[in-house]
Amino acid sequence: MLKSRLFKGTAMAAVGLSALSLAIGAHAQTLNIVSWGGAYSMSQQKAYNEPWMEKSGDKIVNIDRSGNALAGLRAQSQAGNVTWDLVDMLPADAKIACAEGLIEPIDHDAILADAPDGTPPSEDFVQGSLDECFIPQIVYSNIVAFNTEMFPEDHQPSTIADVFNLEEFPGKRALIRKPINNLEWALVADGVAPADVYDVLSTEEGVQRAFAKLDTIKDQVIWWTEGAQPPQLLADKEVAFASAYNGRMFNAQVSENQPFKIIWDAQVFELDGWVVPTGKLDKVKDYLYFATDTQRLADQAKYISYGPARKSSAPMVSTHAETGIPMKTHMPTYPPNFKTAIPKDNEFWADNNDELTQRFDAWLAQ
Amino acid sequence: MSQSAPYPDPAMGAPDDAPTGAGAPSAGLTTADGVPLKKSLRRAVRRSKLKALLLVSPLLAFLVIAFVMPIFDMLWRSVDNPEVSTTLSRTVTALEGWDGQSIPDEPVFAALAADLREGQADRSLGLLASRLNYEKSGMRSAVMGSARRIARVEPPYKAALIDINDAWGELDTWQVIQRESSPYTLSYYLAALDRKYSPSGEIVQVPEYMQVYVNLFWRTLWMSAVITLTTLVLGYPIAFLLANLPLRHSNLLMILVLLPFWTSLLVRTTTWIAILQSQGVLNDMMVALGVIADDARWQMMHNKIGTIIAMTHILLPFMILPLYSVMKTIPPSYMHAARSLGGRPFLSFRRVYFPLTIPGMAAGSILVFILAIGYYITPALVGGQSGIFITNYIAYHMQTSLNWGLAAAIASILLFVVIALYMIFNRLVGVDKVKLG
Repeated sequence: MLKSRLFKGTAMAAVGLSALSLAIGAHAQTLNIVSWGGAYSMSQQKAYNEPWMEKSGDKIVNIDRSGNALAGLRAQSQAGNVTWDLVDMLPADAKIACAEGLIEPIDHDAILADAPDGTPPSEDFVQGSLDECFIPQIVYSNIVAFNTEMFPEDHQPSTIADVFNLEEFPGKRALIRKPINNLEWALVADGVAPADVYDVLSTEEGVQRAFAKLDTIKDQVIWWTEGAQPPQLLADKEVAFASAYNGRMFNAQVSENQPFKIIWDAQVFELDGWVVPTGKLDKVKDYLYFATDTQRLADQAKYISYGPARKSSAPMVSTHAETGIPMKTHMPTYPPNFKTAIPKDNEFWADNNDELTQRFDAWLAQ
Repeated sequence: MSQSAPYPDPAMGAPDDAPTGAGAPSAGLTTADGVPLKKSLRRAVRRSKLKALLLVSPLLAFLVIAFVMPIFDMLWRSVDNPEVSTTLSRTVTALEGWDGQSIPDEPVFAALAADLREGQADRSLGLLASRLNYEKSGMRSAVMGSARRIARVEPPYKAALIDINDAWGELDTWQVIQRESSPYTLSYYLAALDRKYSPSGEIVQVPEYMQVYVNLFWRTLWMSAVITLTTLVLGYPIAFLLANLPLRHSNLLMILVLLPFWTSLLVRTTTWIAILQSQGVLNDMMVALGVIADDARWQMMHNKIGTIIAMTHILLPFMILPLYSVMKTIPPSYMHAARSLGGRPFLSFRRVYFPLTIPGMAAGSILVFILAIGYYITPALVGGQSGIFITNYIAYHMQTSLNWGLAAAIASILLFVVIALYMIFNRLVGVDKVKLG
């Protein structure tokens, strides 16, 4: 009896709510949004999705498939049934998807919001970050972090060269099981200036030099494949150093109070952003306008230490939502962190990733 | 003829082979309706066959849709090569009759410019760029970069395109285009076997620093064999106990065997990580007991040992259950008879009991071996670099590198290997002897 009344009440409420939302948003709809999951999706949920759902009455379904988003887009497009409305992906994948016609070309100035002072998006977003089909959200960075408890207080590592210095800083290293980042860092540790890394890496001697440098630490390396592994390995003291995405390390530092420290030297940074599957632009236009405006990108930085891709958002970055600590110094783009930063060269990796990955795997198997 | 009617109408005349004189004994047996018995029987058999076919047709359709078609799709993809021939059709036509010794002339470049222009307009160059980049690194940016600027390119095209990207002025670029212009290719199979075409078109090994796959095929096979053997050695006594203990105890044991079987694969795998890693439970215990020094902890995770231990545990039930079902059918009186005829325990076991369990061992072994070859989650999590399987590369090329042709070629080779091993197994043991229960 009670149950059925309860059910009836809930049903009525649901009907009422949906009627209400219909009244607010002229056409409330369901958006299938693909992202990375974990702390990153949570930051998007808090900064854009929840405010948008409240504002428009739309329902947002989060799908944690960005790790294989390009494969998913291709498969859906081949099957002729694209169910994703908006996808969060890396610029290198976006370039490929764009060339294959899987995603929509974007006229940034026509679709996105201007900065509060009226600067058009094409000037407001970080220089060179706008690509034909790509709408940047954040700047993230690949860094190496270490566990401060594993080294004496007066002798802590501080540069990428220290990561390759087994004598002064012994212990295992956890590195990503890919050539990307590792080859760059090996060259910087070997004395190449961050700005010249990709020029050197474009030559056969440069590749050999990078592998030779990696050879010096090879038997001390644990290779990770999932983003959740490095903070865990570092917390368990399985390794002394671990490469990771800076947001993951920030989370471990701040939310879990781990004694980690990030080496910002030679951080390899790049952007991450939205792409719109072909034919979905009209459906997601309003959401995109809202979710990529100056305030929303600044809000996202309350939840994760990734830098907003708009210049106008940077001054608005405030404090961490849970702990209240100032976020600025944890951003990859904070000037002292950014001095020796390497912008990841997506053109280089688009051309050479297949070959260098196979070479890297063969090197690992030796 | 009235064959379609269930009972022939006498008025229409009897069928040819039916007896005309009703009840004539020389004409053979008939049913009560006057239909010859043979015919009626045949009809009944056909009807029941049809019924049986209808009953299994959902399963048959499922098998065709879920197994046969994907396998053929996979085999097809491993040789399918449409990118160059469709997207660069003009260039391929213009290249006909090219001697392959020097950079082609203006007409070929003009055709290339036309193809790029069209491809840029309908956004079809992405797959072509990826395809050519598999054969020659740098082709992705050569194709995409040239396409972006093609609208502003003026004749003569040869000079203009080489100016945009040096790759167009390199001989092997054109050799690759000419070689891959056929709608079918063996390139994926060659790549899966660490081989490639040399510029002159011969099949050669890739340099040593690029060789990955052949070693992995061998490792997958021998590690699966080791895992099969360890499950057999560990599973045999357990199955024996299960079959021979009193019901009360054997039921408990059975639950202990099945409980992990019902637990999530990921949970079991990560539990092994917690136990075996160098700061894990086992190493901590060994250090605490003084068996090993703190700085000499055993490395049992992220290598071959980790993979073998975790997979042995995970696949153990697949060995125990077939063994158990066979052992359960062996009457205890056989062993009693052997003993009473004077056989010592080991001899009676070896001569009487063991041969009777061979069908169970065969079933368990082939089940575990084939499952092991196809495993990829566990090796990916606990195998590190030295303990991963070839299947991890299939997953990598499916999901990450998106080189589906290469993934299909590796998977097809694995399929051929399994079929070959199955045929050898059939020759040696006989599949008809396998018993699953």
